[in-house]
Amino acid sequence: MRNLPPLTPKLLVGLTIVGAFVLWGIVGPFVVADPSGIDNIGLSAPSADHLLGTTQTGQDVLAQFAHATRGSLIIGLVVGVLTLLLSAFFGVVGAYVGGWVDEGFSLFSNVMLVIPGLPLVIIISSYVTDKSVWLVAGVLAITSWAGSARVLRGFTLSVRSRDYVLAARVAGERPWRVLLVEILPNLVPLLASQAVFGIIFAILGEAGLSFLGLGATGSFTWGTMLYYAQNSLALMRGAWWWFIPPGLSIALFGAALALINFSIDEIINPRLRDHTRAVTKRWQVTGPSSGTAVEGAAPAEKEATA
Amino acid sequence: MTTLELRDVTKEYRLRAGFRSTTLRAVDGVSFILEPGRTVALVGQSGSGKSTIAKILTQLERPTSGRLLLDGKPVGRGRRAQHAYRHQVQMVFQDPFGSLNPFHTVGHHLARPVALHHPGLSNDELRDRVQSLLRRVRLDEDLAERRPHELSGGQRQRVAIARALGPGPGILVADEPVSMLDVSIRLGVLNLLSTLQQEENLGVLYITHDLATARHFSDDILVMYQGRIVERGVADEVILNPQHEYTRTLREASPDPERRLRELQG
Repeated sequence: MRNLPPLTPKLLVGLTIVGAFVLWGIVGPFVVADPSGIDNIGLSAPSADHLLGTTQTGQDVLAQFAHATRGSLIIGLVVGVLTLLLSAFFGVVGAYVGGWVDEGFSLFSNVMLVIPGLPLVIIISSYVTDKSVWLVAGVLAITSWAGSARVLRGFTLSVRSRDYVLAARVAGERPWRVLLVEILPNLVPLLASQAVFGIIFAILGEAGLSFLGLGATGSFTWGTMLYYAQNSLALMRGAWWWFIPPGLSIALFGAALALINFSIDEIINPRLRDHTRAVTKRWQVTGPSSGTAVEGAAPAEKEATA
Repeated sequence: MTTLELRDVTKEYRLRAGFRSTTLRAVDGVSFILEPGRTVALVGQSGSGKSTIAKILTQLERPTSGRLLLDGKPVGRGRRAQHAYRHQVQMVFQDPFGSLNPFHTVGHHLARPVALHHPGLSNDELRDRVQSLLRRVRLDEDLAERRPHELSGGQRQRVAIARALGPGPGILVADEPVSMLDVSIRLGVLNLLSTLQQEENLGVLYITHDLATARHFSDDILVMYQGRIVERGVADEVILNPQHEYTRTLREASPDPERRLRELQG
């Protein structure tokens, strides 16, 4: 495929970290002990029996970490897919059909955009006593698709009026085929970038909700681990093995997805790749006598000498 | 054989500015006939309504009033009628850099119109048709695997012409087909269009703002000004003996070597 991003160091690092977490989330829960199993060992530092130590109630942190990774990734994936579908439907279809449909979809996206996620979840959690993971994922998806729907709508409006779309209509293509075959492929980099962004948002959002005690009941995610660590004063008691794995994971995973996102952005806008700070610096450092950078360097040097 | 007639066609656009709306009459009472084997040039400045006529002819826009007659019969609004219409009337767009989808291969661009209008072809037959289309526009057959960004402007416009020929139309609308091309390759593309027109006995509407090529490549010239056709007639007659003021202005704007020589001598 011509549209795959080139394998840059950025992309490689991002993919490696994401791959490691996904592997751990899939395999981990099968190889560790019961994450809820209580032991009278109490809070203990990492040892041969418990590689990442235990919690206040003697639960194995490594086991909890494995299940929490799986939980957070599932939330991220579900919300990512849901936001992708919702934003693609309301953004792309609305812009393509135009007229009142577009007005309606656009208004609806704007309304959803200003509905704040956190208060909505607090309200829902006060009504629903037994919140499932799917409910939390649903709420996060509903409150997060509108932004990318707007981005997609703008881009679709620009693609829709291009000549190749008109040419497909003149050739006699059916509307759905024009949308799926002529327009959608040109939106793929944008959709991918929006989906990756949606996953970051979902994992961070879920961690935030769980940390506030508003997450899904009885689930293991990085956020709930932090919540229990905080409740048991892990920080004050120096139990670093309890809060560092989930905290670091959130930071690392978010950073890795952001790196992937940068690589995708560089396909949409190649100028980001050609005009990085490192490249522009090189223009100024290289003298006018040496090689390819002369054209870039010349105006800068003229300004400096003047 | 296909004839296409525009009868007293008017197209108005509503321009909204807050609560006030004004109407812009882009095309005003235009009538003409496209017949097989004849090339009609539609000449006019930007904004005179030329491209709106192209859009009406390709059914991308509906006229506000007036009629569009294919072989003397009005064109239906249903899917089937539209499909039959598009089988007969095809278009070459102005900008070859915008009219080919960067995501798809040349082969896709050529195969789709053929497949849509000749259902039931096998994949092999389809490939043969694509290759014969490429041959007809004087392009290499192995170009089918390439993507538009690998081609030059002239090659792209040839692909666009081949795509328009895919359904096997009787009428071809060419909306400024060479205005985005390098001057050096314009003549080649225009000659190709005129050869194809003779080979297939096509009725061609050649939309342009260039009087010289209009005279050279077409039988009749229609001069359009502010949405109306202000002058019409046989090409040489319109150019050599312009009646309307706007046609004279147009003619004086185009380079005339003899006039220039006289100026230099006198």
